[in-house]
Amino acid sequence: MSGDDDLTQLVVGFLGISLLSVGGGIAVLPEMHRLVVETHGWMDELGFAKRFALAQAAPGPNIMVVGLIGWHVSGTLGMFAAMLAMCGPTSLLAYGFASLRGRLAGALWMRVFERGMVPIAIGLIAASGLLLAAGTAEAPLAIAITVASTLFVWRTKGSPLWVLGAGAVLGAAFLR
Amino acid sequence: MTLAAAENDRERPGNAALFLAYLQIGLTGFGGVNAWARQLLVEKRGWMTEQEYAETLGVAQVLPGPNAINCAIGVGVRFGGGFGALACSIGLLAGPMALLAVIASLYDAYGQLPLVRAVLTGIAAAAAGMVLGTAVKMVDRLRPTLPLITVGITALVLALLRVPLPFVVLGLAPFGLLAAWQVLRR
Repeated sequence: MSGDDDLTQLVVGFLGISLLSVGGGIAVLPEMHRLVVETHGWMDELGFAKRFALAQAAPGPNIMVVGLIGWHVSGTLGMFAAMLAMCGPTSLLAYGFASLRGRLAGALWMRVFERGMVPIAIGLIAASGLLLAAGTAEAPLAIAITVASTLFVWRTKGSPLWVLGAGAVLGAAFLR
Repeated sequence: MTLAAAENDRERPGNAALFLAYLQIGLTGFGGVNAWARQLLVEKRGWMTEQEYAETLGVAQVLPGPNAINCAIGVGVRFGGGFGALACSIGLLAGPMALLAVIASLYDAYGQLPLVRAVLTGIAAAAAGMVLGTAVKMVDRLRPTLPLITVGITALVLALLRVPLPFVVLGLAPFGLLAAWQVLRR
């Protein structure tokens, strides 16, 4: 599965996504799905959804799913290369903004940008959720878990770790 | 005591302290890092006020890229310039990256065992719901105007139709910004 060609494609692909990741890592999952599952066939839909779930269940930023994808394609080198390609450009931008003098927060143009881009981010996040749900919907119980988890996160203030734990237990009991 | 004096009284962490703080944040940050970062930096260490942290996170969320890393860079620059930013972001990622290498190896070795496969499918289904629930919650909290809702739904539909990301983000941005400008101008 490895090879220079795949590594190059991996880096180029994530570099292309990086600066467009308005709304963070989850909003660009559909684009990662295109790169990883549809264009290059590095893994199937369920494999993609599972790696995302592993990254969610582990501590750390949820962008770590990019590291898991990189690992799968090119091992340790792929892991670092993919993370650097995804986070390097945005980190430089964040450094530039942080170094600007003066307060950015509260400036009118920033509030307009925030308000105006958030709906796009939410739409993309919803699309990510539906895409992941479709990838895991191999049994009615899996769909039921997704629906219950949606309601839990929406309606309660409980830690999301509860739903991941419940999903693990239900999966062990009924999805074999 | 004036505000400036209060600021001078507060401890300014060095780069080593920043690195260790973010190492801890990365390794304890289950289910999203930001809440843990706020707790450590504001409540436990008192390096930043609630307002300062909220502003740093706000800028991090507006910029593209992972919020947690952007925010770590903002905190790092505030206390230690470029090296501070490196200390925070490397600290944040070092622990989870090491852990993830272990998880990935275990997945390669045991991921196809029926029990492991079933557990992971269950977790993946729950994680999909987590993402959907987050989206619904954000809409709930924002109570957007009709033009903003239209922009959001268009983004959802375009993404599901597999329109490439650059077209979705850059194509809808003018409409989103215009709709937001109308709201804020009032």
